[in-house]
Amino acid sequence: MSKNKKMVWNVSLIVALLVLLFVLEQIMPSGSMLFTVLKKGAIYALVAVSMNLLNGFTGLFSLGQAGFMLLGAYTYAILTIPAQSRGSVYQYYDGGIIHFAIPAPLALIAGGLIAAAFAFLIGLPVLRLKSDYLAIATLGFAEIIRAVFQWDKLGPLTNGSNLLRSFPTFQSVLYPFIVSGICIALIVMLINSTYGRAFKAIRDDEIAAEAMGINLAHHKRLAFVISSFFAGISGGLLAMYQTTIQASMFKSAMTYEILLIVVIGGIGSVTGSCISSFLFIACSEWWLRFLDNENFYIGSFHVPLLRAGFRKVVFSIVIMAMVLFYRQGIMGTKEFSVEALQGFFKKLLRRKGVKEAGDAHE
Amino acid sequence: MDWITRNLPYLMAGISVGGQYALIAIGYTMVYGILRLINFAHGDIFMAAGLILVYSATVMPMYIAIPLMIILTVLIGFMVERVAYKPLRTAPRMSIMISAIGVSYLLQNLALYVTGGLSQQYPAIPWISDTITIFGTTTKRVTVITPVLTLVLVVLLVLLIKYTKIGMAMRAASRDFETSQLMGIKINSVVSMTFIIGTFLAAIGSFLFFTNYTGVTPTVGAMPGLKAFVAAVFGGIGSIPGAVIGAFIIGICENIIKGVGLTTFSDAFTFALLIVILIAKPTGLFGEKEADKV
Amino acid sequence: MKKRGLTLALTVAMVSAVLAGCGGSGGGAAGSTSGGAKVVKIGVYEPASGDNGAGGKQETLGMQYANSKTPTVQIGGEEYQVELEIVDNESSNDKGPSAAASLVSSNVSVVLGSYGSGVSIAASDVFKDAGIPAIGVTCTNPQVTEGNTHYFRICFLDPFQGTVLANFANENFSAKKAYILTKLGDDYSTGLGHYFKEAFTGLGGEVVEETFQEGNSDFISYITSAKNAGADVFFAPVSTEAAALIIEQASAQGLTIPLMAGDTWDSNVILNAASGKDVQIYVTTFYQEGGNAEFDNGIKEWINADNTAKANNGGDDTIAAVTAMGYDAYYVALEALKAAGSTDPAAVNEALWKVTYSGVSGEIAFNETGDALRDVAYVKCANTQTGAWDFVAVQGVK
Repeated sequence: MSKNKKMVWNVSLIVALLVLLFVLEQIMPSGSMLFTVLKKGAIYALVAVSMNLLNGFTGLFSLGQAGFMLLGAYTYAILTIPAQSRGSVYQYYDGGIIHFAIPAPLALIAGGLIAAAFAFLIGLPVLRLKSDYLAIATLGFAEIIRAVFQWDKLGPLTNGSNLLRSFPTFQSVLYPFIVSGICIALIVMLINSTYGRAFKAIRDDEIAAEAMGINLAHHKRLAFVISSFFAGISGGLLAMYQTTIQASMFKSAMTYEILLIVVIGGIGSVTGSCISSFLFIACSEWWLRFLDNENFYIGSFHVPLLRAGFRKVVFSIVIMAMVLFYRQGIMGTKEFSVEALQGFFKKLLRRKGVKEAGDAHE
Repeated sequence: MDWITRNLPYLMAGISVGGQYALIAIGYTMVYGILRLINFAHGDIFMAAGLILVYSATVMPMYIAIPLMIILTVLIGFMVERVAYKPLRTAPRMSIMISAIGVSYLLQNLALYVTGGLSQQYPAIPWISDTITIFGTTTKRVTVITPVLTLVLVVLLVLLIKYTKIGMAMRAASRDFETSQLMGIKINSVVSMTFIIGTFLAAIGSFLFFTNYTGVTPTVGAMPGLKAFVAAVFGGIGSIPGAVIGAFIIGICENIIKGVGLTTFSDAFTFALLIVILIAKPTGLFGEKEADKV
Repeated sequence: MKKRGLTLALTVAMVSAVLAGCGGSGGGAAGSTSGGAKVVKIGVYEPASGDNGAGGKQETLGMQYANSKTPTVQIGGEEYQVELEIVDNESSNDKGPSAAASLVSSNVSVVLGSYGSGVSIAASDVFKDAGIPAIGVTCTNPQVTEGNTHYFRICFLDPFQGTVLANFANENFSAKKAYILTKLGDDYSTGLGHYFKEAFTGLGGEVVEETFQEGNSDFISYITSAKNAGADVFFAPVSTEAAALIIEQASAQGLTIPLMAGDTWDSNVILNAASGKDVQIYVTTFYQEGGNAEFDNGIKEWINADNTAKANNGGDDTIAAVTAMGYDAYYVALEALKAAGSTDPAAVNEALWKVTYSGVSGEIAFNETGDALRDVAYVKCANTQTGAWDFVAVQGVK
């Protein structure tokens, strides 16, 4: 396919998706779980892709995602709470020390920048560490950030450990899709650039990459900072989705969830991360919820074992099975594309054709 | 004297919790030493041990329930290794670590399902749970027993590793996994043995921990688990005395930090310590030189 | 290239989600019919797991008991079957909104809950956007109802409760210094601690404040600090989970000063933890067992007849105040439905402002912020011998 044709395909698919979402919003009741899942799924897709950029494409095993999301979410919330609401939000701290509010898109970007700045500082010492030591050090940093944000001495800025709320949120499901879409597109462009190739070279063999003239420290730091920037933005989006935020939400369990999404989607596949984040959110929030219902009947058969928490057991068994037996994840390192789909069907047809020919031969 | 009665409780709590971390940390350090795996599920096995005793103590007398708890916990540790880690022996290190996170997730959710998400009250253990008075401070007897028992167990373990055949095999495997295989060491049984010892000590640690802090919740193992891991890194991964000393230091520092009023940072401190040690002296206090750490 | 793959992937995910959605959400409009009788759904937004799981389950029990006693309601001259739609918000501010969204998607007319102020605040906007009114049962933090018109509440508020507790500490123990222990990130805990401190320092007292992290189970250092500070009372408005640990360790450390707390501690979890130990525990609460003999006997019988209910109540038939509050909340919801004459959430919301109801926990009517007009709290003391609550005083604020 020519480059132009690809462009046309891309644009028309994106437009079709947005139109589809728009139509859905008009025809479906707004309370439907579908929109909850789509909103949260789009946000998680972004953070999963940002984690994949680090873990899958650069080979840096970082577990600091929740910490960077916290930074993004707090920056967004602190900067956008309208001045007249601050008195009631910061009720224990006399309205806090910030008395202005900036527009939401700017605050989202500011959230990303703050996360990136912290990533730069944290990266200076920890990026020298390797594999699981890097993982545990970044996990540690995320925990430290969480503790600092809960400190009541910083209360006038962060509202201590209390909820931040009353900041602007989004109503339409299009908002997170557009923001996440733009961010993911940027990440994809980065992956396909010279930098992306350098990242992959580092992942595959550090020593060889260095011998080829790639500045290891520089590229690792770049990947870490960029990944954190997008984690920060998704943190801001998450704040908008949740409508209230609090430091205690951003526990290491959140990072583990994102990591599992990346693994299920396939480490090193952007589309895999996106697909799996929607599946993951849909399963955990929606499709499996019936398993928690004690009085669930199939016909007149009272299904045993069902009670609160069963959904999570089933879910974690599925995840465990994926991790053990389907290590490649949904997409492996491949990407989903029209060409691949065409190729798949062609192959299918050809095989069928061959088979028929074979049958005819007999 | 007054100063002692004021501050002794912090120190005693620190030593006691340090001993409990030490027993968990040994499991981490041994597994890491051989498999290069941060066994994230270790803290959850510790929690599972607590739950097993909660439930078994309601139907049987304590002198049966406690050994049963230890046996079942060891069994869980053994099974986790066989089911979740062994198939991934040749896979990249990241996959096996993810598998560990998966096991941890599964154990927590199972516990959530079984307990209905409620905190379970740990039974009072005769004699060990009794209150005693030392230097004018009242505390539970377990606070005093913990460090002693920990040291005894560690000495036994060190002897086992130094002087028995399986101990020698463990040392060989942790020095060089592939070569030891070539030398005819049955690596699977060595790994299983490591997990059995690790979970046995975690079961004892859990027993002591929950006698002191009597609530068992599904996520109760996560923090002690991470702290014990930090202790293992602090002491130098692979080194048993290192893990024990690291655990005591972390336990005591944590309580001193709470004592001086910086309670928000009592957990964060542990991680700060971890990062400092990783950057300043990646091999820990007693660790051997290792190339693949930094 | 990859971008297109991505878009396609999203499309596929979308379409599959939509298909599943059409299959899954066959809830129909509010007030649907099922098997002849018309049905009205009341959402129950309560924790069944996590920190506040024990309390949430007890509160839900009250609603279930009320539902078993009065399973139907007359709305606009027609008889409706009342169905409780129960979700678990996991005591977690980030899981709560999703649970709330699932209530919204099953078309409930009104929501009851939650136990715990943080989760109520966190889900508030979900209900607001869906136009569904919510009745807070025992969420005592002022921020739950402040600045919105859809959240109501039938219990007293923390500024009141904190003042009552401070007065009580001051009058009964002549306390000059209080040690306040709150949990980080728990709005109820921080809020009540704050109002207690305000009231207590207002009375000329002195406070020492400390906080603990979620998941902390070692309270020995805190107890030692309280002793060293020379505090006269130990005030710990925390979840029952942490409370059980605090009581256990306080008794092991030989803490002799009274432990005080708010409504969360009025639970058999506390009684069990304190039984046989040398501790003094004082709590403020909404309802005192024995306040309404008919309700007490009825619910005890109901709990004893149902093993699940008994297990959810913590294994015995002690009546928690939150159960009585849950019971009252259910009837307030029914009153609102009757007054609205419709199952439409907006109509119910409108009607709620004027609802008055005489419940087992007292008279309930709402003021202009949607809060109940309550001016008394019961003070109880845990009897460590009998394992029951002893009534101490009815306290108001002058």
